[in-house]
Amino acid sequence: MKVKVIARNPDDYVRETKLDIQRVPRNYDPSLHPFEVSREYTRALNATKLERVFAKPFVASLDGHRDGVNCMAKHAKSLSTLLSGSCDGEVKVWNLSKHECVRTFQAHEGFVRGMVVRYCGTSFFTVGDDKTIKQWKMESPGYGEEEEPINTILGKTVYTGLDHHQNDPVFATCGQQVDIWDEQRSSPIRSFTWGVDSFSSVHFNPVETELLASCASDRSIVLYDMRESTPLKKVIMTMRSNTLSWNPMEAYYFTCANEDYNLYTYDMRYLAKPIMVHMDHVSAVLDVDYAPTGKEFVSASFDKTIRIFAKDGGHSREVYHTKRMQHVICIKWSADNKYILSGSDEMNIRLWKANAAEKLGVLAPREREAANYSQKLKEKFQHHPQIRRIARHRHLPKTIYHQTKELRIMKEARRRKERNVRKHSKPGSVPVVSEKEKHVVTVMK
Amino acid sequence: MASPGEAAVDETHVGKKKKPPARYWQELQEEERKDENKVKNDAEQSKEAQQQEEDETQKAKKRKQDQSPSDGEKVKPGKSDPFPGPAPIPEDRLQKFKRKDKLKKPHRKQHKLRDIIARSEDASEMAQKQAARFDLLLPEEAGFLEGDEDEDTCMISQEDIAEAVDITSGAKYFNLKLSQFGPYRLDYSKTGRHLLLGGRRGHVACIDWTSKQLMCEINVMESVNDVKWLHSEAMYAVAQKKWLYIYDSNGIELHCIRKFNDVLRMQFLPYHFLLATASATSFLQYLDVSVGKEVAAICTKTGRLDVMCQNPHNAIIHLGHANGTVTLWSPNQKEALVKMLCHQGGVRSVAVDKTGTYMVTSGMDKKLKVYDIRAFKPLKSYFLPAGAACLSLSQRGLLSAATGDVVQVYKDVCSMPVTKPYMAHRLRGTVWGLHFCPFEDVLGVGHGDGFTSMLVPGAGEPNFDGLDANPYRSAKQRQEWEVKALMEKIQPDLISLDPTELAQVDQATWEQRHQDRVEVLGFDPLAKEKFVPKYKKKGRSSAGAIERRKKQVAHEEQRDVIRKSVEDKVKMEKERKERERKKAALSTQKSALDRFKK
Repeated sequence: MKVKVIARNPDDYVRETKLDIQRVPRNYDPSLHPFEVSREYTRALNATKLERVFAKPFVASLDGHRDGVNCMAKHAKSLSTLLSGSCDGEVKVWNLSKHECVRTFQAHEGFVRGMVVRYCGTSFFTVGDDKTIKQWKMESPGYGEEEEPINTILGKTVYTGLDHHQNDPVFATCGQQVDIWDEQRSSPIRSFTWGVDSFSSVHFNPVETELLASCASDRSIVLYDMRESTPLKKVIMTMRSNTLSWNPMEAYYFTCANEDYNLYTYDMRYLAKPIMVHMDHVSAVLDVDYAPTGKEFVSASFDKTIRIFAKDGGHSREVYHTKRMQHVICIKWSADNKYILSGSDEMNIRLWKANAAEKLGVLAPREREAANYSQKLKEKFQHHPQIRRIARHRHLPKTIYHQTKELRIMKEARRRKERNVRKHSKPGSVPVVSEKEKHVVTVMK
Repeated sequence: MASPGEAAVDETHVGKKKKPPARYWQELQEEERKDENKVKNDAEQSKEAQQQEEDETQKAKKRKQDQSPSDGEKVKPGKSDPFPGPAPIPEDRLQKFKRKDKLKKPHRKQHKLRDIIARSEDASEMAQKQAARFDLLLPEEAGFLEGDEDEDTCMISQEDIAEAVDITSGAKYFNLKLSQFGPYRLDYSKTGRHLLLGGRRGHVACIDWTSKQLMCEINVMESVNDVKWLHSEAMYAVAQKKWLYIYDSNGIELHCIRKFNDVLRMQFLPYHFLLATASATSFLQYLDVSVGKEVAAICTKTGRLDVMCQNPHNAIIHLGHANGTVTLWSPNQKEALVKMLCHQGGVRSVAVDKTGTYMVTSGMDKKLKVYDIRAFKPLKSYFLPAGAACLSLSQRGLLSAATGDVVQVYKDVCSMPVTKPYMAHRLRGTVWGLHFCPFEDVLGVGHGDGFTSMLVPGAGEPNFDGLDANPYRSAKQRQEWEVKALMEKIQPDLISLDPTELAQVDQATWEQRHQDRVEVLGFDPLAKEKFVPKYKKKGRSSAGAIERRKKQVAHEEQRDVIRKSVEDKVKMEKERKERERKKAALSTQKSALDRFKK
C-alpha cells in the first residue's frame, strides 16, 4: 500500500516572527476563483464610485491681481513658475508650489494683451494696449533697483498677442497684421496681411517651427510660413475663432476655440473639414491649451466653466466650475501634465488637478498598483450602463444645466425642421450636411 | 573590437617577442575564432531544434536576430546555451488558464480596433503564460492511495491508512462518540479549519478540528434540521424546529429570523453573502447576511424541500423533489430556471462539482446518475444496491456516497465508468450528513453515533490561495479579508446560469439597430423608393395608363412570396403523388406470400 495525504508544515505558511510580513501563498487556478467576471465588475463599480467620491479637482486659488487676469505664460524651464498679466497692465510672477506671488510690477498702461517666455527661460516678452512690446528679465531686480524692461519696442498699432519661436531669437506678434520680429531689431523682419482684419492670436507650431497660425476677426484662421513672404492658406468659418493651440505631439493638428460655443480640431493639411467638433460649452470659448501628451486639451469659456476634452472626443470628459469663478479668460495645462491653471475675470488664478480624482504626492508602490488596477478595471467595464452612468455624472450650475437643455432642444428643433424640409422638397435638392461640414465657409490658398 | 592601437601593433611587428602582453580577452577571441565554425554550427543546430520544438516567443526571435549576423564576432564565448529561449510550457497547463478564444481580426480599415484587440490579446496571453509558469512553484502535491497488486484500495481500512501516514495526518482520523443527541449534520468552514456539528436533538458544537479545540457547545433545546457556517468562522446559522437562528462562535444567539420558518436545508453562497434556505413549506428563501435582509422568497409549490445543493460555479441552487425532478433556481426568478426529470422515484441527494460541469444525483430508484449540467444531458448511470442517501463531491472530484451505515468514496465517477469504490468505511450508525473538508484529505461524516473524520487521500486541493481562503490566516488577516470580501460582494441579481454573461457583448438584434438608425437619421435608408412611372408622350401617360403601369410593379415583394409558396406547394404535391404512385405500384405487385392472405 502506498499512501500520501496532504500534510502541510504550518511553518511554511505562517510568518516566523511578528516583525515579518504575513505570508500569502497564491494559487492562480481559475477554478479556485469563481465568479471572476462578476467580482471584477463589482470592483469596477466600487472603483468608479470611489473616483467620484475623491474627485476634488480644485487645489488652490492665487489672488493678488487688482483686475481680471487677461493672459498667462508658462515658464519654459521651471515647473513651479507662472506669469500672469492683468487688465490693468500689471504683471505678476507666481511660485506655484508655495502658492505665492514672488514679483509684481506695472508692465503696461491698459491691458497686458499677451505674454510669452523665451525658450531659454531667462527673459519674457509682454505686449500691451499702450502699443509697446517689452522684454523683461526673469530674475527680479535687486534691492533698490527699478523694474526696467531690457528692451522696449514702440509700435504703431495695438498688439493683441504674441508668441516666441521654439529655438530661434525670433518672435511673432499680431494686431492689425502679423509681424515677425528679430529680437535684435526694432522693426519687424516680415509682416503678413490678407485682407483688412485684425488678428486676435498667433501661435508657432511646436514641431515645424517655421510655421505659425493666427486667428483673424474675419472669422478665419490663417496659416503662415515664416520663410515665405505671403500667407499659406486660410479657412473661413461661420463664426470667429478666439484662439488656437497646436497639438504638441501630432503637430499637424490644431484646435481652435470658437465663438459659436464649439471647439474645432483641424488637420493643417486638409482645412476643408475639421476632423472633430468638440461641443459642450454653452457660451463662447475663450481659450484652449493642449496637454503636453497631446491626448487631451482644456478649454476656458465665457460660461464660467473649464472643460477637458479628449483630442478625438466630441464631448468633454470633465467640467470644472466654482461658485466664485467668473468668465474664464485664459487657461494653461502645466508641463508635467498634472495641473491646469485658469485665469478669470474676478482677478484670481486657479490651480486645478488635471485628473480630478488623482491622489497628489508620492504614492507607495502598492498604492500605485491598486490605482493602476482600478484604472484598468474602469476601462474594461466602462460601457456597462450602471458604471457609465456613475462615471459620467457631473453636477452643473443651474444656469448651465438649463442652457444645455435649451441648446439641445433648439438643436433638435433645427434638425427636425431640416428633416421636414428635406421630406417635402425635391429629392436631392436639400442635401445632408454633416455637423463637421456645417461650420466651414471656404478654404482659400 | 580591437582598438586602433592594437591593430597598428599587429601590422608593424612581426616578431613574437615584441607583442604586447597577452590579455585574457584576446585569448578568448582567438579561441573563439578557432571554434567559430563549430560554435556557429552548434548555434544553428540548436536554432533548428528550437524552431521545431516550440513556438517562438518574441524573446527567442530577438535572440535569433542577435545570433544571425554574418560576422561570428557577436557569438558569445564559451558553450552555447543547450536550451535556448524561455522554457516550454505544457499545453494542458496553458489550457487550464485559458479564458477565451482569440477574436477574429477586424477589417484592416478599423486599424484602431485592430490595435486595441492585438494589445489586449498580447496582454492576456502573457498573463496566461505567467500563470501557467507559476504552477511550477506551487509547494504542495495532492495525496493518493495505491494498493499493491491484488489489493483493492477499497479494502484498506482507515486504521491502516492512519498508521501508514505521519502522526499529524494520522490524527485527522478520529471518532467522536456522541450517541445522546445524534444523528448529526455537519459543515466545514470555507478555509477548512473549523467544523460545525448539529445534532438532531439540539446539540450544536463548533470545533477547531485540527487542534481539536472546542470553540463552543450548546444545546438549543429544540430539534436541529441543519447547520451552516456563514462567511467566516465567527458566525453560523442553525435551522431549528420553527425558526432560523444565527449564533456566534461563542454560542451566543445573535438573531432569530422569524421570516424563515421550518427550514430543512441551507446553503451559503460565499461570494454573494447569501444564505439560501429550503423549508418544509416548499419555500426557497434567500437571506443577505451582510445586511440582514430577505432578498427573495420563492414558493416552489413542490412540497417538502429536503434535498438541496448549490452549484459553486454559478451560485444556482439545485433542489431535489419527491417526484424525481431536480430544479434549478436563482433569486431573480419566481419560476425554476430548469426542471430535470432525473429519477423514477424521489430524489434523495444532489451534488454539483466545483467547476459546475457535473451534477451527481441519487434517487429512491437506487440509482446514481451523473449529468452534464451545462448541456443538461445524462452521462452515466450506476446502480447501487442500497441506494445513496447522502452525496458529497470533493475539490478534486472524488464522490462520497453514504448507503445506510457505509460510506463509499468513488474516483472519476464523472469521466469513466466505475465498478468498484475507491474507498469504503463502515460506521456505527446511519449516516446523516457528509462533507469533504476543503484543502484537506478528510471526509467528515455525521451519523447516529456521533461524528467520524475519515482520511480520503487525494480528496482536497493541496494548494490554497492565500487571498481567498487561507487556513493559516491570522485574526488580522481574517479581518482584512472580511472587509475586502464585503466590498466585492456580488449583487444577487448577477446570479445567472452562465457566470461570464456579464463580460459578453450585448449584441442588439438587427431590427433594434435598424430602428435606432432610422430614429437618428429621420428616414429609413433601406426603404424602397416609391415607383414613379416615367412620363411618356403621345397620350401614353393618361391616368389610366399610369395606373396600369403602376399595377405591373405593385406588391412586388408579396408577389415573390406568393410565387414561391405556390411553387413549393406544387412541388410537394408532385412529390406526394410520386410517392403514392410508387406505393401503389408496390402494392399491386403480387408477392409469393399473398396467397396466405385471406
